Amino acid sequence: MNFTLKIWRQKNVAAKGEIISYDVSGISPDSSFFEMLDTLNQKLIMTGGDPVAFDHDCREGICGTCSLYINGRPHGPVKGVTTCQLHMRSFADGETIHIEPWRAKAFPVIRDLIVDRSAFDKIIQAGGYVSVNTGGVPDANTIPVPKEKSEAAMDAAACIGCGACVAACSNAAAMLFIGAKVSHLALLPQGRVEAAKRVQKMVACMDELGFGNCSNTYACEADCPKGISVTNIARMNREFLGAKLFAEKEKVVRDSL
Amino acid sequence: MFLYSSITKKVLMALAGLFLVTFLCVHLGINLMLLKNDGGRAFTEAATFMGTNVLIKVFEIVLFAGFLLHIVFGLLVSGQNRGARPTSYAVNNSSDTSPFSKYMFHTGIIVFIFLLLHFIDFYFIKIGLVAPPPGIAAHDFYNRTLLLFSTPGYSALYIFCFIALGIHLNHAIQSAFQTLGWNHGKYMDAVKLLGSAFSFFIAAGFSLVPIFILFFKN
Repeated sequence: MNFTLKIWRQKNVAAKGEIISYDVSGISPDSSFFEMLDTLNQKLIMTGGDPVAFDHDCREGICGTCSLYINGRPHGPVKGVTTCQLHMRSFADGETIHIEPWRAKAFPVIRDLIVDRSAFDKIIQAGGYVSVNTGGVPDANTIPVPKEKSEAAMDAAACIGCGACVAACSNAAAMLFIGAKVSHLALLPQGRVEAAKRVQKMVACMDELGFGNCSNTYACEADCPKGISVTNIARMNREFLGAKLFAEKEKVVRDSL
Repeated sequence: MFLYSSITKKVLMALAGLFLVTFLCVHLGINLMLLKNDGGRAFTEAATFMGTNVLIKVFEIVLFAGFLLHIVFGLLVSGQNRGARPTSYAVNNSSDTSPFSKYMFHTGIIVFIFLLLHFIDFYFIKIGLVAPPPGIAAHDFYNRTLLLFSTPGYSALYIFCFIALGIHLNHAIQSAFQTLGWNHGKYMDAVKLLGSAFSFFIAAGFSLVPIFILFFKN
């Protein structure tokens, strides 16, 4: 198969980027999107060019490292897959493929197609810890968890933090990501202890980092490679409102001296 | 107020919006009295009640506050959303989403412009800021309406604005439920369906009046 690629090239954070056109030929329909990019990069290296930088790690759809905004869709045209699991048979022979980095103020482009997603790490850090007793290993069934709750928590925990939700959102909002992270802990008894504090801190951090507001367009859900549901956003809103309205005021602990 | 978190802003917008929806229902009810063939007696009586009742007068202030809150937060949130993506994509997002949801700002602006026009045409005349057209008393909303809707251009503009409002509401109602956290597998489909039906009836109901006057009163 042959393709024309329109790829965003940018030297570094400060540089002004531009879209450059490349032609690739003889690509197997069964090769992955990244194998196609590897082929292009090999060609660029052989001809003394500068290979295209893009994020990738496990290449089996579970690590959340890969990104790419392909023809107007994060992770490309196939629903429920990451870019690394996308194959060239999903495109037409001779097609022009636009490849752009995630676009958001909170995700600055570092080089070519790689963006800095440490904003997500900051949000997770802002969420804080989960109280766990130290000592011996507790029995597996010490704390009963209803089956439906554990299922819902697992569904939320399927989020790999790739940032496709932010990339797809017309407002570059991170609500689906935080909704999933808030939900997967708030649904479980172990996560309830700090739930009120956690949701407020994560939302405050999200606002501070410059993510947009949710307008319930649900492009995030449509493009999430892990099928995270927007009901998690509603749950976060409930958690947040509940915390703002009913949570106990935090006591200031002063040093006894 | 500008320092509220994104969720708080959206919740306040949703609550104000839902309150404005109740106002729309009352307003539509009174408007539909224009369709009654009684020379505007029922309509004028309702308009007089709305203009003189003390409780309604108090709620008028609440209503203005609701509009102000919804508009100010709408502009604020939209501004922040624009700022959240300084560099736009070369290829626009083609995700499978509700097409109307992306135009809330645009339809909101159309409704806002209509609101200003409506104020100049009715409210400002009522409170004496604008002189009524010759031959029509300041409180004679019935003849004022007939006069305005006898112009096809004005009627078309009016209907256009209400189609925009219908599009706005179509997304707004289910969006308000989601923002308030009321999203549940049991009733979310019903909320979406009833929200769409409601927005259609609001747009159609308000549009019925100029169509009726244009075709049957002249």
